[in-house]
Amino acid sequence: MAVSDQEVTNVNTAAAIVYRHKLSTRIWHWLNAVVILIMLMSGLMIFNAHPRLYWGQYGANFDHAWLQIGSAGGDGFLRIGDLSIRTTGFLGAWQGPDDETVYTAFPGWLTIPSTYDLALSRRWHLTFAWLFMAALVVYWIWSLANRHIRQDLLPEKRELSARHILDDIKNHTLLRFPRGEEAKRYNTLQKFAYLGVVFVLIPLMILTGLTMSPAMDAAWPWLLHVFGGRQSARSIHFICAMLIVLFFFVHILMVVFVGAINEIRSMITGWYHLPPKERD
Amino acid sequence: MARLITRRNLIASIAAGGSSIALSACTGPTYNPTFQDTVLSAGDWLAYRIQRLIGGNALAPEFSESEMSPVFRTNGNIDPDSSDYKKLTTGNFSDWQLRVDGLVSTPASYSLAQLRAMPSRSQITRHDCVEGWSAIGKWTGVQLGYLLKQVGLQPNARFVVFHCADRFDETPYYESVDLVDAFHPQTLLAYAMNDEPLSIGHGAPLRLRVERQLGYKHAKYIMRIEAVAVLSGIGGGRGGFWEDEGDYDWYAGI
Repeated sequence: MAVSDQEVTNVNTAAAIVYRHKLSTRIWHWLNAVVILIMLMSGLMIFNAHPRLYWGQYGANFDHAWLQIGSAGGDGFLRIGDLSIRTTGFLGAWQGPDDETVYTAFPGWLTIPSTYDLALSRRWHLTFAWLFMAALVVYWIWSLANRHIRQDLLPEKRELSARHILDDIKNHTLLRFPRGEEAKRYNTLQKFAYLGVVFVLIPLMILTGLTMSPAMDAAWPWLLHVFGGRQSARSIHFICAMLIVLFFFVHILMVVFVGAINEIRSMITGWYHLPPKERD
Repeated sequence: MARLITRRNLIASIAAGGSSIALSACTGPTYNPTFQDTVLSAGDWLAYRIQRLIGGNALAPEFSESEMSPVFRTNGNIDPDSSDYKKLTTGNFSDWQLRVDGLVSTPASYSLAQLRAMPSRSQITRHDCVEGWSAIGKWTGVQLGYLLKQVGLQPNARFVVFHCADRFDETPYYESVDLVDAFHPQTLLAYAMNDEPLSIGHGAPLRLRVERQLGYKHAKYIMRIEAVAVLSGIGGGRGGFWEDEGDYDWYAGI
């Protein structure tokens, strides 16, 4: 049931408790916490097999890569366009467990498996991809049925005014978060972030992933038209993955700022302790 | 013919299902069922069935000459080191013969000239390496399906195996495809690339093009084609060199 329909218990006490997260949201959240980590870490190992990104239908060593992670003269580097950054110790050249220098793009502590193994990372990635995809579809249908999308995620008309959005940005910048009644609902930037992940980033990850499959390109040639080629799809896949990483860090920061214990507890039990309204 | 291929598709996928069960039950000294061979192979198992279902006999995208890669890199083995192969190169492959046998009605051998005299197909397609890069090139050759019809498959044939001249250490390369891909119109035994005779780096004198799968399926330096009922008797039993040596998946459509 929606937050607004819930009885607010203990109205008289400072910390009212509301039912904030539906079962569908909680299951999907924790499943994704695991699955996305596996997808990301195995994906970085797959990237290590050819740490160059291109635009267009084709792209290989003799073609121009817009992004490259590599090593030269013992130093690691990340190159984006003409800008090259020395990344020794992290990307391109890093210290392995026996203190030897390893020259792969992403370091072992970020990849599955931790030592170079394209075949195994593909198995992790392409097996969990099915779970990732199935879970999204189930979540979409479930969230339509229980009105999570309409009631919790879609912004109301008043939230879409420039003034409201600017206020929300200002409040976030000042780390001033909704309290009391206002905290029952997601704020506007929060809604944008979730909508972006649920309806843009994750679907893009899945579709660009499928575009990299030669069999899918035969079955669904429109994929290549939509994304502008297999190598473009590979680049978009990587960019979306990095945006999900960015979302992850902002998400964790927000959870810490507004109260980690309350936030994590509510994502497990569904029940959220409303932060008390400050006295004016 | 279409109906025959459709029935073959069905039989091939049933056979493949059976063989993967046989694989997971196998307890040879070189094969230990582990987490990654069971749980983590589920993705490939699903990909094979679902892509066969939705892909059917769909053609891989073809490109125009202007869309071709300026440089088409080589990889894998690029210069087979066996003395037999060296001998063939000095004769410009005039002594080379392709052997087609196994579960066929009339085993046969073909010279390069004989293959070139057969009906040919040219296609500009994208080659996708398992590592992630792609290159677009033009391939000309005989459709594998045409050749298989010449020799006639026996009814119990389910897979087509390619035995190659290149070796990793002492092991000659080998690969295999099911009958869906074997009879797919774009599956070629290519003897020419970009309107030139196939170079040694790209697999001269004959290589496979199986356009809906990744690069390691495209066997180069083909010496012999064998029709089989099961893959368990080939190499380590998983249908290809990298499948046996490196745990790569047999179905490489994704």
